[in-house]
Amino acid sequence: MRRIITATVQNRSGVLNRITGMLTKRQFNIESITVGSSEKEGLSKMTFVIDVSDPQKLEQLTKQLNKQIDVIKVQDITDKAHVVRELALIKVAGVRQQHAEIQSVIAPFRASIVDVSKDSLIIQVTGKPDKIDALIELLKAYGIKELTRTGVTAFLRGHQPQVTEMNSASI
Amino acid sequence: MSLKVKKDTGVQTDHPSGADLLVDVLVKENVDTIFGYPGGAVLPIYDAFHRKKAPFTHILTRHEQGAVHAAEGYARVSGKPGVVFATSGPGATNLVTGITDAMIDSLPLVVFTGQVAKGVIGTDAFQEADVVGITTPITKYNYQVNDIRDLPRIVKEAFHIATTGRPGPVVIDIPKNIVTEFADKSEEYDDKVDLPGYQPTIYPNPLQVTKLVEALKVAKRPLVLAGAGVLFANATEELRKFVEKYQLPITTTLLGLGGFPGNHPLFLGMAGMHGTYAANTAISECDLLINFGSRFDDRLTGNTKYFAPDAKIAHVDIDPAEISKNIETDIPLVCDAKEALKALLDFEIDMPGHEEWNRQLARYKEEKPLWYEKPDELVSPQWLIEKIYEMTNGEAIVTTDVGQHQMWVAQYYKFKKPNRFVTSGGLGTMGFGLPAAIGAQIAKPDELVISIVGDAGFQMTSQELAVIRERNLPIKVIIVNNSALGMVRQWQELFYEKRYSESLLTFNPDFIKLAESYDIPAMLIDSEEKAESMLKEALNSDGPVLIDCRIPQEECVYPMVAPGKGLQQMVGVEKTK
Ligand SMILES: Cc1ncc(C[n+]2csc(CCOP(=O)(O)OP(=O)(O)O)c2C)c(N)n1
Repeated sequence: MRRIITATVQNRSGVLNRITGMLTKRQFNIESITVGSSEKEGLSKMTFVIDVSDPQKLEQLTKQLNKQIDVIKVQDITDKAHVVRELALIKVAGVRQQHAEIQSVIAPFRASIVDVSKDSLIIQVTGKPDKIDALIELLKAYGIKELTRTGVTAFLRGHQPQVTEMNSASI
Repeated sequence: MSLKVKKDTGVQTDHPSGADLLVDVLVKENVDTIFGYPGGAVLPIYDAFHRKKAPFTHILTRHEQGAVHAAEGYARVSGKPGVVFATSGPGATNLVTGITDAMIDSLPLVVFTGQVAKGVIGTDAFQEADVVGITTPITKYNYQVNDIRDLPRIVKEAFHIATTGRPGPVVIDIPKNIVTEFADKSEEYDDKVDLPGYQPTIYPNPLQVTKLVEALKVAKRPLVLAGAGVLFANATEELRKFVEKYQLPITTTLLGLGGFPGNHPLFLGMAGMHGTYAANTAISECDLLINFGSRFDDRLTGNTKYFAPDAKIAHVDIDPAEISKNIETDIPLVCDAKEALKALLDFEIDMPGHEEWNRQLARYKEEKPLWYEKPDELVSPQWLIEKIYEMTNGEAIVTTDVGQHQMWVAQYYKFKKPNRFVTSGGLGTMGFGLPAAIGAQIAKPDELVISIVGDAGFQMTSQELAVIRERNLPIKVIIVNNSALGMVRQWQELFYEKRYSESLLTFNPDFIKLAESYDIPAMLIDSEEKAESMLKEALNSDGPVLIDCRIPQEECVYPMVAPGKGLQQMVGVEKTK
C-alpha cells in the first residue's frame, strides 16, 4: 500500500541524509521525497510517498521516523482528508502548427505552456499525481523529450470529516 | 550569546582556542578518562590536553579500534559514557567497527574525530574522509562543528543523547580550523540543549501496566525474559523483587546475563541459539512472556514463527521502535525498565498459581542440564570456565571475544552481579575482548578483570597488550586456544559436511613469547592436572597475566538451535553416545 507520510523536522545539516539512509537501511521503498521550509524558522516539512507491504512494516516506518532525533512530528495522512500536489515539467516535441492542438489537449488539466522553441515546448502542470500521469499519457503521442516531476507535497485539510469516506488509494 | 571569533594568527593570546574550550567542556561533563590516538587534525586538541594539564587520563591505545572497544568496556561496567578521540581520515575510519558495535549494543559513547579544515573539506584533502556520512547509519546522532560558538552546545547535547533514553554512540566531527580559532570568552558560550524532537519516555502508561497485571492474573505458565535494558536501567534489584514476589521463572539474553543472579533457583539459564534446554523450552511452552528490555534479537528468538507460540507477549522497552519490530506484542510498555518494575511492584497480584509449571521447569533444569565430556588430553573449555567461575565466586568482571569461548562463558560463568559481563552481542565483533577489558579495568581498578578470548580473535587486537603493560593493569588474559576459528569450524562441521574452508589455523604465534615480549608473565596450560594450580596462581597475582590454554579443536558448543530453526528444535541437548 502506498502511504503519504509527512514529517516536521529540525533543519539541521545532514537531516535528509540521516532519514533517507534509515529508510534505505530498513528496506523501505521510497517513491518520492520532498523537503522544504515550513511556517517556522528552523523547521522543515518533509513529505514521503512510500510503498509499504503490511501494517507491521507501516508501524515500523512511523516509529523509525519518530525515533530520529531531528524529527519532531510524524503523520500518516493517507487515510485522512488531505491535499496533495505535485508539479511536473514536460518537454514535448512540437512545431508551431501543433501548438493549438497541444493547447487544447492540456487545457482541461489546467496546465500551461511555459516555454516555446522552434521544435519543442515545455508544459507545466500541477495537481494530484494521477492527473499528471494522465496528462503525460496523452502527451506521449507528441513525443516526450524530457520530463521531470517534483514528487508530492501534502497537507491535512482543515476540516476532517467524522467518518472517512475518501478514496485513500488515489493520491 | 555573543562571542566574537578571531582568526588564528598564530599569536598566543589569553583568549581560549577552540581546543581550550573543548577541554573545558569535557571537564564540565566530568570526563575522567579518554581513549584515543592523535594525528594531524587533532594535534591542537592534544596540545591543549598537555598545555592545560587536563584533569583526565588519556589512554593511548595502539589502534583506534582498541580505543572504541576500551571505551565500550568502560561504559559497560561504569554506566558512564565512554569518550574517544581519533584523528581525521584513517583514524576515524578505524573507529567504524567499534562505533557500530556500540550502536547495536546500545552503549553510550561520545566519539570525537578530527576533520580537515573547513576551507578544504570536499577537496579530497590529505586525510579527509566523510566521517559524518560514514557514521550516520551507525550512530544515535552525529555532528560536524561548523562554528566555534556551537561547540559547547554540541558537546553537551552529545553527552545528553548518548546517555539518555536508549543509550548509543554520538560522533562529533571537528574541523581543524575550529580548534585553532580563538573565542572571546569561554564563559559566554550558550550550551543549552536544543532537541525538541528528542524526549524519551521514562514512565509507563498506567493502562498498559493494568493490562499486564490482568494478564498475570490469568497466567498459568508465566515467564520473564530480561535483556540489557534491565542493566541500563539499574533495575536488577526491582527485577529480583518482582520475580521472587510471584515466583516467576526467568531467563535472560546474552547481554542480559548478570541482570539476575545466575545461581538463583528461579533462573533457567540463558535462552537462544546456545541457550539451555530449560530456558528455550520455557519460551516455547509459556503462556505469558514478559520481556524487560530485550529487543527480541534473532539469536534469541530463532525462527520467529515458532517463538513463544502460545504466549501473550508483554514487551517493556524504552525504544518504541522495538515494540512489534521482530515479535508481535500484545502489551507494550514503552518506558524505562526500572519504572515498569516499580509500577508492577505497587500491585498485589492474585495469580492463579503456577507451582506445577515451576516444578516442570525445575525438572527440565535437573534432567537436561548443560553437559560436556572431558577430553583425554588437553583441557575441557567448559570445565575451564566452570573452574574460573568457582575460583572467582561468580563475581569477576569477564570480557570475551566472539565465538565458542564466548558462548561457553555465557553458559558456565554464572554471573551473580550486574555489569560484570562485557561482550559484543549484536555485532559479534572479534577483537573486542582484550581492549574492552582495558576499559573495564580502568573503570574498576580494584576489581578482578578477566579477558577470555579465542586464539583467532585475540590476534585481531593483541597489540593492546602494550597498554596493559604500560598502565600496569592487572588483567588476566585467557586464550581459549583451539588453533581454529572455532565457531566457524563448528558451523562447517555441522552444516557444511566438515569442509573446513579457511577455519583451521595451521600457524599461531607462540603466545607465551608474545606476552613476554610485552613484559607480561605468561603460562601455558595444556592439561587439566596443571590447570587448577596455575589458574589459581594467575588469578591471585597482582599484575597482568596471559594464559595460553589448549583445548581440543573438535569441541562444539551445545545445545544449539540451527539457523532458521525454532527454539524447540535445538539439538545436542543430551550426550549422543
Ligand atoms: C571481525 C569478525 N570477523 C569474522 C567473524 C566471524 N566469526 C565468528 S566466530 C569466528 C571464529 C572465532 O575464532 P576464535 O577467536 O579462535 O574463537 P573460538 O570460536 O575458537 O572460541 C569467526 C571468524 C566475526 N565474528 N568477527
